[in-house]
Formats: sequence, structure tokens, C-alpha cells
Amino acid sequence: MDLFRAHVLVCCGTGCTSSSSPLIMDRFSDLLPTYGLDKEIKIVKTGCFGLCAEGPVVVIYPEGVMYYRVTPEDVDEIVSEHLLKGRYVQRLMTLSTAQDTSESFSADDSGFFKKQMRIALRNCGVINPEKIEEYIAHDGYQAIGKILTEKVDPMSIIATVKASGLRGRGGAGFPTGSKWEFAAKVQNDTKYVCCNADEGDPGAFMDRSVLEGDPHSIIEAMTIAGYSIGANQGYVYVRAEYPIAIERLSIAIEQAREYGLLGKNIFDSGFDFDLDIRLGAGAFVCGEETALMRSIEGKRGNPTPRPPFPAVKGLFGKPTILNNVETYANIPVIMNKGAAWFASIGTEKSKGTKVFALGGKVNNVGLVEIPMGTTVREIVFDIGGGIPNGKKFKSVQTGGPSGGCIPASLLDTPIDYDNLISVGSMMGSGGMIVMDEDTCMVDIAKFFLEFTVDESCGKCSPCRIGTKRMFEILTKITDGTGTLKDIKSLEELALALKNGSLCALGQTAANPILSTLHHFREEYMEHVVDKKCRCHVCKGLTQYYIEPNLCKKCSLCAKKCPVDCISGVVGKETYVIDSENCIKCGACMEACKFKAVVKK
Amino acid sequence: MEKTKLTPEEMRAKLDVVLAEYKGEGQKALMATLQKAQGIYGYLPLAVQKRVANALNVSVAEVYGVISFYSFFSLKPKGETVFTICMGTACYVKGSQLLLEEIEKSIGISTGEVTKDGKYSISACRCVGACGLAPVILVNDDVYGRLTPEEIPAIIAKYKEA
Repeated sequence: MDLFRAHVLVCCGTGCTSSSSPLIMDRFSDLLPTYGLDKEIKIVKTGCFGLCAEGPVVVIYPEGVMYYRVTPEDVDEIVSEHLLKGRYVQRLMTLSTAQDTSESFSADDSGFFKKQMRIALRNCGVINPEKIEEYIAHDGYQAIGKILTEKVDPMSIIATVKASGLRGRGGAGFPTGSKWEFAAKVQNDTKYVCCNADEGDPGAFMDRSVLEGDPHSIIEAMTIAGYSIGANQGYVYVRAEYPIAIERLSIAIEQAREYGLLGKNIFDSGFDFDLDIRLGAGAFVCGEETALMRSIEGKRGNPTPRPPFPAVKGLFGKPTILNNVETYANIPVIMNKGAAWFASIGTEKSKGTKVFALGGKVNNVGLVEIPMGTTVREIVFDIGGGIPNGKKFKSVQTGGPSGGCIPASLLDTPIDYDNLISVGSMMGSGGMIVMDEDTCMVDIAKFFLEFTVDESCGKCSPCRIGTKRMFEILTKITDGTGTLKDIKSLEELALALKNGSLCALGQTAANPILSTLHHFREEYMEHVVDKKCRCHVCKGLTQYYIEPNLCKKCSLCAKKCPVDCISGVVGKETYVIDSENCIKCGACMEACKFKAVVKK
Repeated sequence: MEKTKLTPEEMRAKLDVVLAEYKGEGQKALMATLQKAQGIYGYLPLAVQKRVANALNVSVAEVYGVISFYSFFSLKPKGETVFTICMGTACYVKGSQLLLEEIEKSIGISTGEVTKDGKYSISACRCVGACGLAPVILVNDDVYGRLTPEEIPAIIAKYKEA
């Protein structure tokens, strides 16, 4: 095997691929031979490093130097300076959001990575996901190898998973070991293992990053699950919107088959297991387990009542377990390092780590993995680097359309399943969207309701009709015609949905409203009573106004106005907006060079 | 893109290959078949639905039921150039609504519509997962991130020339 003096790791996750990391790879491949470096330096295509806001990211080992926002043109300098002469390219080492420009980071000492602990993401950004050898070199397939060659008792594997305290990372947090145990105890010749990679929460991309960065860990974990419950076939249900993840998983499955790690008689143990990919087609409800199984069967993704639970009667009517990608990614490590090790991380009832997709109004947008019990404040301010442009923090939203908004007063809440529920949100799959003072909380509630109205499958009436009515009421409030009675109606409907809906989509659909009503009631009141939106987001409540003492009487605003509702005389009279006819398009505000047009 | 260049005969021949592969497999192969069929035609007209139904031995009603359930499947053709605005939470919080309005204004149609000449269409999508680049739009398969409404006209102009 060739030995290399340096490795150049290029992030090829979706975010960095979108901002031309393939071209950076190409440029490195072109340049290294011209400098005669191709025999001593290896280029590695990796999954996501996590620091997506600063992408494309390139890391050079052994030094561990990280370069941010690299362009294909920068590659020449990296090669000629760093790789050839050992001089770092300082200008690419500074985070664009760093306050102090002298601050530069290596992969290990930046605040972004310091408080993180990578278990599920252990191989993301470290190995080439398209090479099974690299996964194996990082202890990959060791757990399944040991289990199959030593013929470990399936029930003792399940006992290990139970003892680790691992809970489902897809949202509800059901204990994974118990789920496996139910399915293992049901007698049936045919059972299935499914993986939920239909990451539907808008703003969440953890599962995609694991599939893109470390697909073999999912294959290994599903094989372990199959052996534990007595299943010989698995399905990974992936969103069609994730082409890179699908491609890398397909490659990984092929390689595992070639190596005899999938298929008949794995490790000569007599155990057969194979995997197939099924593509989703854009239906959020298919993240619900029964709906997902209907979708794999080729049907409309309508949820079905439970019981019967999938562990008894699931896919094609057979006992089935379904876990999400991040849950599986933890399994091989738990097997290798033991349940006690895993259970030593986290809080009393939530063990291990959780991956969050940190996004919205925060400096370090990206993928973070933290031990359970880390506070929201540590994530937003220490890891996330705080709020950009000196704005004030308002809220952080977790749990997507099923979750809620956590206000500034609860920033010190340690994150675990139970704490998040007690503050009116939920873990969800791991989207974490930061909002600043410019985000209107009523508008955010409306945004999520619009989503659930669209994604409700329509099977049960509380969800189908209830979400629609709630959306209509929120629209009324944001348009400025809401009444106090509307707020009461919202609360009543929310309760009806919670109690009456068939599946979790409907049961939790009101959470965005309930949590914002609870923590930000004053904003609702302003919309309804004072007819004001403090963030000037809700157009129906926003008035455009020209400050007379700032107006330079230049007429530019009047010229841009599409409905001619601004009057005045050039050079003589200040301009005035006729708010009756104003359509609130904002053209005048854009046009004014003196910032005289303001929103009120 | 490739699909716009195929003649009706070529599309038919390609679909024949797909249908032969899944023939008689029944409902469980329906999603995969429809995904491939849409890859060929760009959408799923009734004639294609009927052929899929026949090949898999399921009813046309079942086929239509599945197509109308999933947002990925389209009953109408899209424009030659498709503008997709990501309306995921991360993008929304960073102002994707303003991008959407700017694009609607520039092209002169609403989201979900196609221009009369069939050249452009606008759609909103849930999340492309490039939250680090928010707000994001896609023009066909090209991703543009960290955008402001002021940058939209230049992007549109690029595709109008081509």
C-alpha cells in the first residue's frame, strides 16, 4: 500500500457540492501531478464536516488545517504554498463570521468543534464514503463480524442496546432496544428491518449527512438489527430529493455485497441479509412509521391505526422494526465500546449524543453533534457563534412542524427528550432553527401550519380540517383582522387535534401555535389588539411611511411606485404615501437613497 | 436537459424497457416505475398512467391515487427552465419568501404555474438540505445560495439568454 505524507480532505456533502466542491477536487487532481506531488499526497472525497456555512471546506492532514470558503482558484495557492512549501494560506483560515480577524482555527481548537462529541458523525468528514476499505479501517464491520463469527445470542445484543439507553433519534424517542425486543419475540418466518431516511422536517439534514458521509455504518447496523430480530431483508426509505445520499448508499450496498457483508451466508455464519433502497416521493407524512411502510408497499402513504404495532404487523403484514438513520449510526459503536460506555454519556433518561442541523439566524450554520444535556445556550452561542449582524436572539425552534419555539428565558435548558417536551417543544429529528428579533413568531406559526395543511394526508378529519381552520385563523391575525375570539378558537382547535388525530402529524400539528402562544403571547396580542407586527413581517399590519425630515424631495420613490400612491413635488414638497392605496410592495423603500422610507 | 430532446417514439421505447423490467410485479413496484416513467416524460400523463397500470396489473385508479398523493409526481408538464425556491424553515427565516416574490414578479407567473410558451415554471420546495447556504434557489439542477432579492434579476437573465 502506498504511504502518503499528507491527505487533502475535500467536503463533498450536499452543501459544499452545491458550492462547487467537485471542481475543487478536480483542480487538486489536475495540479498535484504538475508539481510531482501525486505520489505523496492523497486527495480524499469526504462527507460533511459540519461547518456548512463556511463551505466549501478543505482540511489538510497531518496538520489538521481547515480552509473555508475555498474556490477552485484558491487551490493553486493551497498547493504551491501549503503542500509544496509548508506555509499555510492564512487568508482562507479565518471564519468569515469571526469577530477578530487574527482568529484562525485548526480542525480541533475552534469553538465550533470544542463542545461537540462525535458518535453518529464519527466518520463523516473523515473517511471517503465511497470506499468500504476506509470504513473497515475505522473499525467498520467489526461489530457484525464479531457477532456472526462468535454466534452471539440475539437476545444478548438486544440487551446491550437496551442497557445503552439508546432512544429513537427520529423524534418520539422510543427506546430502541425495546422496539427490537418486541419484534424479536414475535414468531414469524419473514420479518423486515427498515430505515427511515425520509428526512422531511424542513431545515433538518442530519440523516442525509450520515448517508452521504458514512453509509456503511447504516448497512452494518441494519444487519445487526436483522440478526437480532431474525429478519433477512431490509429496506432503506430515502427521500428522492437526496440524490448524493442515494448514490453513495447504492455504492456502499454494492461494495458490501462484493465483500460478502451483505447477501447469503455472511461470514460463513449461515445468516442471510440483504438491503434494498426505496425512494420516497415527497410526502412528509411518510416519516410516520405506518405511512412509511404503506409507501414501501407502493401505496398512498396513509397512516394506519396502532395497534397492531409494526413489531407485530408491519411491512407487507410482517413483523417489522423501523429506526431512523441517526439511531442506526449509533449501533456499531455501542456494540464495539459497550453499553456502559454509551450510557455514561448524556442525562439520566437521554443517553448518548444528538445531532442537530443548526440553521437560520446563527453564525456557524451547520451540523453539530452534542452530548445530551448540553444547553441550548451552548449550542447557539458557543458552537453556533451567536447571532449575525449584532441582532438580538429571540427564539430557537426545534422539532420542525411538530415542535415548538424556545424563548430566550429558557436558553439554559439542558437538551434531552423530556426537557424539550416540558418547555413545549420536542427533540424531533434534529432541526434547530435560530430566530432573531426580526422574526415574527405569529408568522412562524403560520409558516408551519401552512406546511401541515399541505402535508396532512387527509385521512382523518381532525387533522385535515383542523389544520386548515387554524391556518385560516392565523392568516386572519397576520392580515390584521384577527380578534381575541380567534385566539381562543386556536386553543380549542389545538386541543381537538391533539386528542382526535390518527397519527403524530395531526397530534403535534398545533405545537408551533401552542408554544408561540405560550412564550410569545404578547406578539399575538399586538397583532390582534394593537394591529401591529413589531417585526414588520406581516404585510397586512405594516405601513410604509416617509420621514418628512429625512426626505430630500428627489421623487425617486414616486417614480418607482407601481400604483402611483406617492405624491409630492420635486425639490419643493416632501413626498407622502397614501396608505389607503399602498400595496406594500416595498419598491419605494428600495429606491430611497436616504433611508427616509420606513416601515411602521 | 436530456428529457426535452427525446422524441415521443424514443420516450415510448424507453418506457417499454422500464415496464418490461417491472412487468407483473404489482403494487409494490408502482412507486419505482412511476419515478422512472416521470424521469422519461417529465410528468405523468394519463396515457402513461394507463400503460403503467397494465404492465403492473393494478388499476388505473390505484396509479392515479398514488400519483396525486405524492408531491414529487406531476400530472402537468413543467417549464423548460424550472425555478425552485426552497421554503424550508432555515431558508424561510432568512427571507426566501422575498426571493419567491421577486422571481414571480420577474417571470410574471405565480408559483406552480408555467409560462404560456412553456419555457419557465416556478415551484416551491420543502427543503433541499443545503441549509448552510440559506436562502437557496435551484434553477433546474443548479444551486444558488446565500441570495438576496437584488441578485435574482441577474440569475434569471442568465437563463433567458441560453
